[in-house]
Amino acid sequence: MLLSRVANSIYWMTRYIERAENIARFIDVNLQLSLDQFTPSSDPWGPLIDVTGDRAAFDELYDSTTRANVMRFLTLDRRYPNSIANCIALARDNARTIRDIITSEMWQQINAMHITVKRAADDVIREDRPVDFYRAVKEGCLLFSANTDATMSHNEGFEFCKLGRMLERADKTSRVMDVKYFLLLPDAEDVGGALDTVQWAALLRSVGALEMYRQVHGVITPGNVAAFLILDRQFPRSLTHCLEQAQGALVHITGPHNGHSTAVQRCVGRLRSQLQFSQIDEIIDFGLHEYIDDTQTQLNKIDEAIDKAFFRFTPPAEDIFAQQSAQMQQ
Amino acid sequence: MDLNGYSTTGFYDELITDAGQPRPAAIPLMDRLFELEQGEIQQRQRAAERALFESGTTFNVYHEEQATERIIPFDVVPRIIESDVWDRVEEGLKQRIQALNHFLTDIYGPQHILQDGTIPREYVDLDNPTFQKCMTLHPPRGVWCHISGIDLVRTDGDEFYVLEDNLRCPSGVSYVLENRRVLKQTFPRVFGSLPIRSVDDYAEKLLATLEHLAPRGIDRPQTVVMTPGIYNSAYFEHSYLAQQMGVPLVEGSDLIVHDGFVKMKTTQGLQRVDVIYRRIDDDFIDPGCFNPDSALGVRGIMDVYRSGRVALANAPGAGIADNKVIYAFVPKMIEYYLDQEPILPNVETFLCGREADCTYVLDNLDQLVVKPANEAGGKGIMVGPHASQAERDAYAEVIAKDPRGYIAQPTLSLSRVPTVVDEQLEGRHVDLRPYILYGKDIHVLPGGLTRVALRKNSLVVNSSQGGGTKDTWVLAQNGHATE
Repeated sequence: MLLSRVANSIYWMTRYIERAENIARFIDVNLQLSLDQFTPSSDPWGPLIDVTGDRAAFDELYDSTTRANVMRFLTLDRRYPNSIANCIALARDNARTIRDIITSEMWQQINAMHITVKRAADDVIREDRPVDFYRAVKEGCLLFSANTDATMSHNEGFEFCKLGRMLERADKTSRVMDVKYFLLLPDAEDVGGALDTVQWAALLRSVGALEMYRQVHGVITPGNVAAFLILDRQFPRSLTHCLEQAQGALVHITGPHNGHSTAVQRCVGRLRSQLQFSQIDEIIDFGLHEYIDDTQTQLNKIDEAIDKAFFRFTPPAEDIFAQQSAQMQQ
Repeated sequence: MDLNGYSTTGFYDELITDAGQPRPAAIPLMDRLFELEQGEIQQRQRAAERALFESGTTFNVYHEEQATERIIPFDVVPRIIESDVWDRVEEGLKQRIQALNHFLTDIYGPQHILQDGTIPREYVDLDNPTFQKCMTLHPPRGVWCHISGIDLVRTDGDEFYVLEDNLRCPSGVSYVLENRRVLKQTFPRVFGSLPIRSVDDYAEKLLATLEHLAPRGIDRPQTVVMTPGIYNSAYFEHSYLAQQMGVPLVEGSDLIVHDGFVKMKTTQGLQRVDVIYRRIDDDFIDPGCFNPDSALGVRGIMDVYRSGRVALANAPGAGIADNKVIYAFVPKMIEYYLDQEPILPNVETFLCGREADCTYVLDNLDQLVVKPANEAGGKGIMVGPHASQAERDAYAEVIAKDPRGYIAQPTLSLSRVPTVVDEQLEGRHVDLRPYILYGKDIHVLPGGLTRVALRKNSLVVNSSQGGGTKDTWVLAQNGHATE
């Protein structure tokens, strides 16, 4: 049993932490990639902005996608709602309103990250070794997840943590795939043609998937990369894995039969079974970009359904009726 | 570190004798401080502050466009209170809180104490709308003031004086608990060598106090802490106490009156609430009953309270007894209701509502501290000896307009405690706020919040005005470290 407001804060706290971690991952990989003189792209930093889906916001604030601009925008810019600094500050704001629900370990971890990011200021970008900073953010976020797993009771609140984390992660994996795919392969028929392995490897690395991919598929081919990131049930950042986990969390929250939340279960169930019964050849035939676009639309619908079912409290209809009749009797 | 140059002149020092020697109870602590290398005390001070900052033990300060969080300045040298001294204080506090509770029951009921003139009727603000609305209330188990903080000061070695009663939403107890946690890390060995009474069970006792109030027949009552929200300066404390008790922290918007009960909005629908530890003032708790503009409270909650289907702590209306005019009559209440001599004396108090007192106050403004009767948190206080003639003149006019609204007290020589200043120790003035829980029986937290005026010669200990805090060690009888 959880206050609606608290469930909302837990959900968003974890989403923001997961978001910060993902942004740190993307930047970290890009930093390493951009040091590679064989990088084929002439604009190695632009795609990072596209991953976020916030190109317009960037263009309003900066005139070009230089390394410094992109890093500042994504890392420290408080004018950009999804910068790492803002994500962590928002996660902390949410955590502050639910200090009574989360453990001190979780709170202290968020608070410590907030202090780290605030102290970092512009040094991160000027400094010689920004890699250390992004590693610290990634590790800080992972430590938060670990603290959540290890210190918080695996109760309803915990399941909302999991739900937020898994849906955010699914969103980010799908975005990174979409952007890389879109930039590299504007035409669907190019799939399977000559490809820049460096770029596809970078894509895998940005979601921490390269080693695990190798174990399953060996040599890099775009079809296999897409299959791995969309359909692999065991890899923790694949869409299928994230949706299965989210569905599991949802069952814990609502129980298998709860009329209150059927809309959410329906949305999550639909996307999950779509993933479960998809084959990579069909996805590519359908168009990878179109497939991912559709996935994102469904993820948004899930988010809306969660909001409606759990966070935006409206008294049950029969109770309103009871209230009205009570008033009439008075 | 040593006591060379440490001055105790003119004030009672809690840890050091006039001869410049540590008092017996302070010897293990002082020995430890003397062992520390140059600069080490600052290091420990900084480590302690960092620990508080990192655990988020902060309060909110508003200025310019952004609210910032700060820790309340914390000094690592604790104040030490000997066992027998404390026992007397504890008895005195229990006695006082019992009398105040009797007074509340009486004043909202038959008003015997007014009928027979023990307290003159005109000193109680009977026309106050809040008072009027609470007239017919009967709080569960007959207790009004479940959680109180009573401010004490010491001017010499013999006696603690009561400076103020706080029965509304006294805050600060979270700092007591956090200060202790941090100081244990700072001086672990000293803790091993002194029998310091533990404060760790406060949350447990608070929860028991609250659950005791639950409507009858409920096994595990649903208890909640109610906060005005994240922007309240004491928000840290609200969430800390909820967390320590393992109960939900709710805002007004989380609650709704439904089917005659107070319920909270959860992911599983509406759930009944039985006990509310509200950290929100009477005026804001129910827009339907008190301040209609309040967005912080819950409409209709007072009706549910009146019908006995939810308990509120502290009881609405309890604040009438911590008014500074009423304060002056508490010793009389103790005699009246309990037929006992007051154990803890009041500070001499002049009521401007009495003509003779008022004349005296106006003639001696440069000697006195003048306070508005119905304000809390040090608001509107004038410290006569530190004010300019113009300030005193202006204040005299204010008093003349509303004499009943003001009281005055002599400027006290508050006791001092050694405090870290740069590389050495200097004496700084302190007061003490112990916390009293009134449930099935009365429990006094051993110690309380020692507030310290960090600026040299200052007597102002309020955190909003540059005050800090210290840990307070109450010693047990030898060999009984945790009672």
